[in-house]
Amino acid sequence: MDIKDNFKETRLFTNRTVIAVIVVFIMLCILIVQMVNLQVVEYDKYSTKSVNNRIKIEPHPPRRGLIYDRNGVILADNTPSFQLTLVPEEIKNVKETTLRLRDIVEISEDELTRFEKLMKNLRSNNLHRFDHIPIKFQLSDNEVARFAINRHLFPGVYVKAHIARRYPLKELASHIVGYVGRINEKELKTLDYFDYAASTHVGKTGIEKYYEDILHGDVGEIKVEKNVSGRYIRTIEETQPKPGNDIYLTIDSTLQMEIEKAFGVYSGAVVAIEPKSGEILAMVSQPGYDLNLFVNGISRKKYKELQADKMQPLFNRLTRGQYPPGSTTKPLVALAGLHYGVIKPEDEVFCPGHYMLPNVSHKYRCWKKWGHGKVNIESAIAQSCDVYFYDLAYKLGIDRMSTFLDRFGLGKKTGIDLPGEKPGILPSRQWKRRAKNEPWYHGETLISGIGQGFTLTTPMQLAEATALIANRGKYIQPHLLKKHIDPATDTESTAKIKSNGNTITDVKPEHWGIIIDSMHEVVQGKKGTARKIGLDAAYEFAGKTGTAQVFGVKQDEEAKDNEELAFELRDHALFIAFAPIDDPKIAVAVIVEHGGGGSSVAAPVARIVLDKYLLGVNGAK
Amino acid sequence: MLNNYNAPQLKGTQIRQLSFIEKTLHLDTMLLLGLLIMSSIGLVVLYSSGNQNLGLIYKQLVRMGIAFTIMIAISRIHPDRLLRWAPWFYGAGIILLLAVLVVGTKSKGAQRWLNFGLFRFQPSEIMKIAVPMMVSYYYSRKNLPPSFKQIIVGSLIILIPTGLIAKQPDLGTSLLIASSGFFAIYFAGISWKLLLSAAGAIAAAAPAFWMFFMHEYQKQRILTFLDPEKDPRGTGYHIIQSKIAIGSGGTYGKGWLNGTQSQLDFLPERSTDFIFSAFSEEFGLIGVCILLSIYFLIIVRGLYIAAQAQNTFSRLLCGSLVLTFFVYIFVNIGMVSGLLPVVGLPLPLVSYGGTSMVTIMAGFGIMMSIHTHRKLYSS
Repeated sequence: MDIKDNFKETRLFTNRTVIAVIVVFIMLCILIVQMVNLQVVEYDKYSTKSVNNRIKIEPHPPRRGLIYDRNGVILADNTPSFQLTLVPEEIKNVKETTLRLRDIVEISEDELTRFEKLMKNLRSNNLHRFDHIPIKFQLSDNEVARFAINRHLFPGVYVKAHIARRYPLKELASHIVGYVGRINEKELKTLDYFDYAASTHVGKTGIEKYYEDILHGDVGEIKVEKNVSGRYIRTIEETQPKPGNDIYLTIDSTLQMEIEKAFGVYSGAVVAIEPKSGEILAMVSQPGYDLNLFVNGISRKKYKELQADKMQPLFNRLTRGQYPPGSTTKPLVALAGLHYGVIKPEDEVFCPGHYMLPNVSHKYRCWKKWGHGKVNIESAIAQSCDVYFYDLAYKLGIDRMSTFLDRFGLGKKTGIDLPGEKPGILPSRQWKRRAKNEPWYHGETLISGIGQGFTLTTPMQLAEATALIANRGKYIQPHLLKKHIDPATDTESTAKIKSNGNTITDVKPEHWGIIIDSMHEVVQGKKGTARKIGLDAAYEFAGKTGTAQVFGVKQDEEAKDNEELAFELRDHALFIAFAPIDDPKIAVAVIVEHGGGGSSVAAPVARIVLDKYLLGVNGAK
Repeated sequence: MLNNYNAPQLKGTQIRQLSFIEKTLHLDTMLLLGLLIMSSIGLVVLYSSGNQNLGLIYKQLVRMGIAFTIMIAISRIHPDRLLRWAPWFYGAGIILLLAVLVVGTKSKGAQRWLNFGLFRFQPSEIMKIAVPMMVSYYYSRKNLPPSFKQIIVGSLIILIPTGLIAKQPDLGTSLLIASSGFFAIYFAGISWKLLLSAAGAIAAAAPAFWMFFMHEYQKQRILTFLDPEKDPRGTGYHIIQSKIAIGSGGTYGKGWLNGTQSQLDFLPERSTDFIFSAFSEEFGLIGVCILLSIYFLIIVRGLYIAAQAQNTFSRLLCGSLVLTFFVYIFVNIGMVSGLLPVVGLPLPLVSYGGTSMVTIMAGFGIMMSIHTHRKLYSS
């Protein structure tokens, strides 16, 4: 062993110790520099990140606006509804619990599969094990009570109240009011992400859809603190949601109800409109369906049932049903004849029961097999003589006829405030070239003259055209929205409705007079086709019957009596009317599907509408 | 106070007498004070980071009691006896490490434990003391500074247990043990030239080490350290949340019990390895500075004790134990603040947990023994 030099060793060690202290000091300084860097230099960045970590903004759904009729009768409101929810975290065996639950409340297979799917994909649905997972929506009062009694047997199962849309009048005006339903994936993409953050439902059809903007309201938000697993800690700040505006419709639910009743077993549609304002007084598509079925998702079985129903309750005939207008267009064609000077009021045509084009052997039949004899414009309209109008149509030609009818809104959307309106078809040379790539034939002009052939109109269009006649050309935009009211401030707004047509100014007043007089003859003249329903009315009114062929009659075949045909092949009955003549308060269009002639089924319905509206009760003299 | 001022002071000679605490309890007042303050800070932070769970505090108090008792017990052992024990202690440690490799219990993919039925024991903890003891023992008999050959022998003393522990695998502990041994060599007086060339050699060997010796999860930790955002949900999550906690504390901190990162569970391991982040979030830069100052005082006091030590063995051992204590601090804070890769080392005296605290306090017991058993020169 070497001899130790203690003095040298101590000096060496002291030296090393001093260096160690310096190095330790420097390294601690490096740590402090890093801390300054994080806590002072980058403080804002990390502070923001920390806030973003814990503060979550929870949207709060606004109350959906209510829907009233013109008299304040509630058509759609919100009501507490109960749903059954499970909190998986609190349940030992979810599967076993759901099985036992089925003894207490009715849980369909649909609901069960939906729930199980949700349980499997909690994460992707932004749910956690401590969230309420709904298993059944809309518990009945009975089920709520039954569950309450057995509550202790189901830890982790809750009845949660929420607000659901309700349609207290069920089927009434179902195609107008429409319904809300759960937001689907497609809608999720188009809806405002922020505004709908808390909403579960959105308007799917009718007013609910068309005025979604007005009804929905603005989302509220609650700033909450949450921990790393998303569990709620406390509320920091709250902005109340702004409720949606309440909507008042122009329809009168009592009138609506009366009309639905008047239809009896038939299906069809009625549009009643106030000519002065364009307000829709009633709009019935019959049969309707219970809107409440759709709010929380209709069961597949029930939906199939509705779809398979031959009466097509889901079909909105008012704006989407397209029917040949039949003779209801005759007043318009006659007006076109007068306007273009093709005919004079006193001109007469002899009706032998059929009409033939020069050099063509085809016989165009009048509905009256043996003919009307000599008819002028007034009697031709009153008795709905086809031969007169074949002749007139031939003289007018398709170009002038379609140009003129176009001004009455045929073949165009009326712009009524409902979604999915169909335009119908107003045939013309250009239309046929476009649609079928074929030339126009003379024969087609003739049948267009009596509202058959290619012509298709919606009940809405017919009502609008009738209102135009009643107004003697003054255009009004038909609409359903009367006003909407902000429930928070009680401020009233009127609807801004885009005008979809123009007033007809160049038709001579005496021509309007002739047409309206002729329509008056239809219902209150001695030979009028609808005199049966008009003669005893307490007011002067004008109308026109129509029949839309469902079943085409072949050339050499005798037209069969409607009673002999199968029900679904029978003609549609149409009727248009307005009253009173000198101060029109209501214009109406009626279609009764497979009702046969216009006078027999459609006209009586129209009469009920006019009576109820003008007289309140029963309008017989 | 502690010093006996009655003794006459003579120029150039240490004549101070030992105080009561030093003489009878064999404790160093300054060091003890520092340790108690740090432990108290640890309890305060733990109360907050443990969601005010008193159960956690009691458990930690029990551990602290055990650790302080061990410290007090060790401080009574004379350094000469520690010197004699050093080879036996080291030898026993090696045997236990070999036993771990053969019959050790696996936990989280690493074989680090010996199961004695009643308790589990990590032999690598012994080595944290035994390696610096052995190195100091070896050099205490040599004429310092050491020759090249002696440095090679010293390195072998270090590398054998380091290699065994790295094989478990436990990279953090093996690095810690290697550095504790290295510090002894440093204090023994390894020449700077040799020190720099050794550092260069290690740097050159690093790529080979990466390719042949590192486990996948270890590589992953390094990669995540280099770019934590690359894996924000996995391993990078710890470091991202930790930096958010520290940074959002700002200068003054969010206040005790108000750290949202820790209170709302965003900060993982917030009572153990990441307790410093919880502390910085609530007490801010000012708290950090105070904490580091106390650590610095403990270290300075420890090095002062080393400098005062009266033989080579005590000096080397004490110096290396102090610097190892510092390595804990630097690696832990460097890790949670994103300066270093994630290595599972606790913050000494503050982090929740028992094993490492016992080892650390045993080290402080040795330091106190060295300081209180010194011979005094009196007139």
